[in-house]
Amino acid sequence: MTSPLRLDLATVGVLWRRDLVRFFRQPSRLVGALGQPIIFWLVIGSGMSATFRMPGAAVGYLAYFYPGVVLMVVLFAAIFTTVSVIEDRHAGFLQAVLAGPGSRGALVLGKSLGSASVALTQAALFLALMPWAGFRPLEVDWPLLLAALALVAVGLAALGFAVAWAVDNVMGYHAVQMTLLVPMWVVSGAMFPPSAAQPAFGAVMRANPVAYAVSATRRALSGPAAPGALPGSAARDLAVLALFAAAALSLALLAARRPARPR
Amino acid sequence: MTRPEADRPRGAQAAPRLAARGIAFAWGARRVLEDLSFEVRPGEIFGFLGPNGAGKSTLFSILTGLLPPAAGELRLDGRKVAFGARELRARMGVVFQEPSLDAKLTARENLLLGAALFALPRAVARERADRLLAAAGLFDRARDLAGRLSGGMRRRLELARALVHRPSLLVLDEPTTGLDAAAFRRAWEALLALRQDDGLTLLLTTHRPEEAERCDRLAVLDRGRIVACEAPEALRARVRGDVVVVEAEEPGPLAVEISSRLGLAARAGPSAVTIERERGHELVPRLVEAFPAGRFRSVSVRRPTLADAFLDVTGQALEDPGGTV
Repeated sequence: MTSPLRLDLATVGVLWRRDLVRFFRQPSRLVGALGQPIIFWLVIGSGMSATFRMPGAAVGYLAYFYPGVVLMVVLFAAIFTTVSVIEDRHAGFLQAVLAGPGSRGALVLGKSLGSASVALTQAALFLALMPWAGFRPLEVDWPLLLAALALVAVGLAALGFAVAWAVDNVMGYHAVQMTLLVPMWVVSGAMFPPSAAQPAFGAVMRANPVAYAVSATRRALSGPAAPGALPGSAARDLAVLALFAAAALSLALLAARRPARPR
Repeated sequence: MTRPEADRPRGAQAAPRLAARGIAFAWGARRVLEDLSFEVRPGEIFGFLGPNGAGKSTLFSILTGLLPPAAGELRLDGRKVAFGARELRARMGVVFQEPSLDAKLTARENLLLGAALFALPRAVARERADRLLAAAGLFDRARDLAGRLSGGMRRRLELARALVHRPSLLVLDEPTTGLDAAAFRRAWEALLALRQDDGLTLLLTTHRPEEAERCDRLAVLDRGRIVACEAPEALRARVRGDVVVVEAEEPGPLAVEISSRLGLAARAGPSAVTIERERGHELVPRLVEAFPAGRFRSVSVRRPTLADAFLDVTGQALEDPGGTV
């Protein structure tokens, strides 16, 4: 028999490739991936720019908000690519994967990497607009940016997988994600920095993995002391994100071990 | 049905391809499967016959490793193997009742991904995909998205995908659900050819009598238990004589009246009364004379089917789960 490791790698590869092929084959998803964040960025960004003052730095709101929108792209992509798991496991290709020779761990990893890759692709499309937000592509710390976004994308995709597998219905999935993931983004410093007058908000932010992704993205785009970045360093941001990805993958594996009730 | 000589087990001692003992399963307090034991011989077509709700899908999920049973033991070619073990999954081809193709990928891509799951080398996968597409009559549609194929074509593609890694045991859940008569015949030609040419062992669930008829042996599943396990002919022979079918608007009251007036055991179904009786044709004039015109639409005599046998063995109707006697 083929070795277990080879079979697991094969399963990871199949699921990873499949998500990317499906994404590039649907032009509407490519358009949506770029259109929605641009509108969001410009509409909210312009609305807020008149009142927004970054304490201690002369930075416009469109520039401040831009890294936040990059994270929003990653977050929504992770939500929308993992919801398909619910249909897929009962009446789709995942049935064949479950009955195939790969392990559940390989299934979780393959699906999470696939979703994360789609999320990164969407983020890359939006990042192409960075000159209009006032960032210079040649001055960007690309390795840091890629590492931060890849780690948070894997984490959020795995979290989405865990929720999808545990909840097992589409309505419930969206309800959970809207109360779990969207607030995570809102209190990540993506839209506004924590104020010294509200220490509770700052504490919540420091416990929120998405905040470290926003922070690392700010550092990658504007240097280590970027306005709005968390105290600490890029290395600490990445360490937290790596922990988050590992924890989310473990949670997803735990969820995937539970069998589904036949419908 | 006869099996080719080469596929017969060598001597009576040959181990069954798959042997299950004491499979049990429950959802909370509801017992779904109770103490199921059966053996599937190499090269055999073994069917589980039962109406919806008999536990067929649960058994299918357990055998394919999607659901762990509460109790039971499994042997593959005589060796004990855990439910859902990788070794078992690697040797098994699975055809699901629900679609398990990716509708956004082409027919060929579905087969190639299926092959990749089993880590087949790319060249081998391509060669097998082309051969399976040709065998399924889909070679011209290889580059079409699976979602664009007709229902019958998709079922054939599902079967091809389940075969791409050359399994020694093919497990199918209601393989011909939703197929019309022509597609049904084609699907079965393909399945019989697989057994004939490759010596493949088939294990399937079904509620269709015409499908059960094509199996070598049937396990009759009634409310989670195997109540009979024999060849279709033997099962049919349990019904003695003929079946007289009286179609009527109100089968219930009519059955009661036939029983009391003619002293016969009559069963009411959803749209007809059935009476099992030797020399059934002699009953027809008696029925016509005994009841005034308009009490029933038609009277006919036929040979017993597996649906009759199922009713006989379990007291439950096969096609209509609500239509108990």
